[in-house]
Amino acid sequence: MLSKRIIPCLDVRNGKTTKGVKFQGNIDIGDPVEMARFYYEEGADEIVFYDITASSDHRDIMIDVVRRVAEEIFIPFSVGGGIRTIEDMRRVLLAGAEKVSVNTAAVGNPEIIADGARVFGSQCIVLGMDVKKVETSRKIPSGYEIVIHGGRTYTGIDAFEWAKQAENMGAGEICLNSIDADGTQEGYEMTLTSLISENVNIPVIASGGAGNIDHIYDVLTKGKADAALVASITHNGTYTIKQIKEALHAQDVKVRMRW
Amino acid sequence: MIAIIDYKAGNLSSVERALKKLGYECLITQRREEILNCERIIFPGVGAAGKAMFELKNLGLDEVLRYELNAGKPILGICLGAQIVLERSHENEAECLGLIEGTVESFPQPLFSEEKDRLKIPHMGWNSVNPRKDHPVLEGIAPEDEFYFVHAYYPLPASDNYVFGTTCYGIEFASVIGYNNLIAVQFHPEKSGKAGLKLLENFCTWDGRYAE
Repeated sequence: MLSKRIIPCLDVRNGKTTKGVKFQGNIDIGDPVEMARFYYEEGADEIVFYDITASSDHRDIMIDVVRRVAEEIFIPFSVGGGIRTIEDMRRVLLAGAEKVSVNTAAVGNPEIIADGARVFGSQCIVLGMDVKKVETSRKIPSGYEIVIHGGRTYTGIDAFEWAKQAENMGAGEICLNSIDADGTQEGYEMTLTSLISENVNIPVIASGGAGNIDHIYDVLTKGKADAALVASITHNGTYTIKQIKEALHAQDVKVRMRW
Repeated sequence: MIAIIDYKAGNLSSVERALKKLGYECLITQRREEILNCERIIFPGVGAAGKAMFELKNLGLDEVLRYELNAGKPILGICLGAQIVLERSHENEAECLGLIEGTVESFPQPLFSEEKDRLKIPHMGWNSVNPRKDHPVLEGIAPEDEFYFVHAYYPLPASDNYVFGTTCYGIEFASVIGYNNLIAVQFHPEKSGKAGLKLLENFCTWDGRYAE
């Protein structure tokens, strides 16, 4: 039986991890390579790096981070943020990432999903979706709309239709991030997560809103997610990956318990 | 020196990095002489069986692998490399290497878990391997250890004699197969944390001999 995955997400700016990370011990909390190694040792099943570097001049710094991470950790990891072309994908994958994630670029140019899948294989291509709950309308029948620019720009694209289109174009996985839930620590977006997960044949990673282990349990069971992204609750030391997994395991959710 | 065979089937650098981490020298190569000079061979690969076989034949590496299997050199197949060692694949209906008797099948669809949940295809993520027989390359691997899989087709050897480990995903399939000095795993040991590194290290010290 396949295990549900617990995936810490690290935001990286100019080669340094950001967000209120409060680790204890001797970890350099600014260094994404050290943090990745920490999570690897702690039992993370995969790691997501999100490059929030504003200027494209600094992209080489991220490639260097990817290369160093790949030398240290031997689980899959993905890189998103600023991936706009096949060439961007190639550099990240050659540096050692298992997957790349596209978000804004795919909204403007959906073909990048198909092109990426053709060149590198579907298993490499993750579609990142930022969604917001809106009024149900003819244009947005699911009541969830794709947004970009951190939620400031509405695209007019229905999130459910977008997920199905991405699967048809060759995306290998969907990372569904709820802008409404993000940062609230009140739980993941459940309705859309289960709707998409039950209607596509590719894995869905739920993102945004985890405040406690019950939230993770809920989204992996009732929410039908294949994996849960965690950020604040592990970065700020509220829980370790191990604690999360032990609690899930005790509630009969299959997770990888040996690492 | 370990040869990692390069036949244009995906990114091989993660296998290289894992071996370096373990302290073993390796080289990514598609040159016959270099492969023949190495002490052991890793045969990885992602992608489609048809294209992989086309490239292998084009490079003359199908013959090299057949020769090395007979010569007794330790060979490790990974992922697609664990499929195209069989006789034929239903992916592209490709004729494969035939180093092990059997075929490569696609997961039946729809596929359901024991709890009657619909299972997604490809089989992607962490899953365990139930040991069926002891093998030097599986030494120290526990039934609770999990490995990272990404595949839509699976090996179906003609006899249980070739099966060293199985994995359950809707059906039970052979995830570790072998014959003499060849051992092949459907998962990615180079992406499977410490259990994967342990398996790679076992391979790096294996003399290629296997006795029932």
